[in-house]
Order: sequence, then C-alpha cells, then structure tokens
Amino acid sequence: MSIRQQVLFLYLASSALDAPVVAWSEYDGAGEGPTPPVVAHPSAPYATGVDALRDGWRLIQASALNPPTPGHERDLSYLKHEFIFEKLVG
Amino acid sequence: MASSNASWALDKSNLLTTEEMAQFVARGFVEFEAVVPEEINRAAIAEFELTGIADMVRPKPKSGAPLSDIYPDPSPIGQMLRLDRVQGIIHSLVGLDAVYDHDWVHVREAGDIVDQYLHQDAIIDVTRSFDIQLFWFPHDVVPGGGGTGFVPGSHLRSVNQADIARYQNFSGQADFSGPAGSIVVFHQGMWHRGRANHSDTRRWMYKIRLNPQSPQVRRWNLEDYDAVKGEQSDHIFGTYDPRAVSAKFRTPEPWFEFAASRLETVNRARLWRYVTGDETYDSDWYLTRTASREALDGGAR
Repeated sequence: MSIRQQVLFLYLASSALDAPVVAWSEYDGAGEGPTPPVVAHPSAPYATGVDALRDGWRLIQASALNPPTPGHERDLSYLKHEFIFEKLVG
Repeated sequence: MASSNASWALDKSNLLTTEEMAQFVARGFVEFEAVVPEEINRAAIAEFELTGIADMVRPKPKSGAPLSDIYPDPSPIGQMLRLDRVQGIIHSLVGLDAVYDHDWVHVREAGDIVDQYLHQDAIIDVTRSFDIQLFWFPHDVVPGGGGTGFVPGSHLRSVNQADIARYQNFSGQADFSGPAGSIVVFHQGMWHRGRANHSDTRRWMYKIRLNPQSPQVRRWNLEDYDAVKGEQSDHIFGTYDPRAVSAKFRTPEPWFEFAASRLETVNRARLWRYVTGDETYDSDWYLTRTASREALDGGAR
C-alpha cells in the first residue's frame, strides 16, 4: 500500500496557531467515499491549531499576512487565517 | 406600483419590524415559519411534480418583469407571492416595484448524501443596494432532510460564487428545518448550499430572486424605530444603549475572525446607513472617527 495523504484545513480566529478554530475542512486521500465527506464533523475537530499538532498533524502551509490593497482596507473576503495540515498514512 | 392587493399596506403587521430589519442587515437573513397556507403548498408541489425536478420546462417570466405582473392566477407561485404577509416582507426589503430576476425549483432527492459545494449566487457584488432571494419550503423539512445550509453573517463578504467551495464547516453554520410553508429570505450575498438529504422523502424548494428598482430606504414598519435606533455616540467602550440595533451589529458570528469582526460591524453599519438613509449612523464610533480625520487632510495618504 502506497503512502497516502490526509489533509486538514483549519481556519483560525487570528494568525496565531494557538487561536480558536472557526472553520474547517478535510480531504482524505486514504478514503474511498464521496467528497465532500458525507459525515462532516458537527463541531470543530480541534479547539486550536496547536491541538492538531499535538494529535500528530503536520503543518504544511500557513496563510501569509499580506497588507491590504490601498482603497480596500476595510473589505472582507475569504477567510484570512488558513492553516493546512497533513497526515501520511500507509 | 405593484400590488393588485393594496390592503396589506394598511396593515403594518405584514411589514418587517426594525428589529427584524436589523437582523437582516447584521446576519443576512430573516425566517418566517409556516406563512404559506397548506392548500398553496400542496398545489405548488403538484405543479412541480408535473414540470419536473430539472425545472427546465416550467413556463417562467422574463427577467426584468415587474413583480406585480408575474405568475397571474391560477398559479400557486403567484398565490404565494401575493400573500399579504409575503408582500409585506418583500416590500420591506426591496419594494413592491421590484422586478423578477429568475427563479428555480430546487430538489434534493431522498438519500442524496452528498452536500452541494458552498457558494454565493450570481457574481461578486460591489453595491450596498441588494437583491433578495426568497426560499419557500412547501413541505415540512426535518433536520437532516436537505434543508438549505447557510453561513449566517457571510453576506457582506466580497467573494465570487464557488470560490468558497473549499470551506466545508463553520462554527455557527445553520441548516434550514421547519414546517411546511416556511420562507427564508436571504441577502444576495449569503453563502449557502443544498444539504444532503438523509430523509426518505424528496425535498422541494422554490427560490426566487428579486431586484429593487428604487432606494431600499425605510420601507419597513417604523413604529419601533425611535426606540431601538440608538445614537451615533453609542460606543461599546463608552456609553451605549444595549437595546439599540448597534447591539446586533457588534455581535460577532461564531466564525468571525477576531480582527474581522470589527470590520463586520463597520460593514453592517454602512448597510444600516443605506436602509435608514441616515449617513451619520455609527456603531462603536468606527466610521465617525475615520471620517472626521479624513476631513482634516482630505484623506491623503
């Protein structure tokens, strides 16, 4: 069996990795079922990003903190603090 | 002007209250349980079963048609739209001179266990003026029965249609469930999706989008306005009236990021300025302090 990747997206309340989780998504490269997952977590899988680390998830990307576009400083758009984690499973 | 039944205008109870209007501004939706009578609900389902789940053959109005002209009798859709309560809700938000944009019958088949991707309808929007999308559920929808999922408070985020599909779950997300004849009215910008239907019955839902044709200013029942409008000086770190609408505008949704929640308050205040026509309105002094500084230097950077 080849190594396959499970990916967890956590959206946090600030740029701090120990901030609360406000939104989340998961994609299971080791699974067989439909996506998005049929049984989504009814509540956040972890309270914070650090809690995911402590459960064995490896952080592979964190959102950069980019300055706002002049003239659009107050615009709100996509979730700002996205942290992407992975687990490798055999 | 639009209504063939003008009697509703004499009954303010059909209009939104200021509290309801403030909720629409703050959270992007208002919900009304079982406002459509059962005979109209049953007639609509019978018609939808004839025209089919793909909704490709049902005769539809042309985009831009006046609301007052669409779906003349006999039509269960027209009967729903011409209910006094529904006319009052529509008038409060977009006016009865609104025009038809489009509509669609949405189906979630029994046992369809895959959620639709989260999305925002149409394209990215840039105006304070807004369309509404009225969702009509003509039969009971049980929890897990395919009720539309949505993210309260997402309507003022500037995103483009399915670019938000990556997001699967939010703290505070909601799924509609409720009795037959319920209506949920969304601001055009609401993030939403058809939910999986774990029940054993097909879920029908009719959605219609309406475009305003005149400013959406103070069309609701203003009897409670003075009591809850608050003062420009209301400030969470100073003095404020906890009964005022600003309490709704400073209340974050559970999914708001810490810093973004203050900008959400500002965006809600800007929309409240539009619907009240009061360009001095503020919540927590954010708009006032920056405007007064910009007046000093012309907004130079």
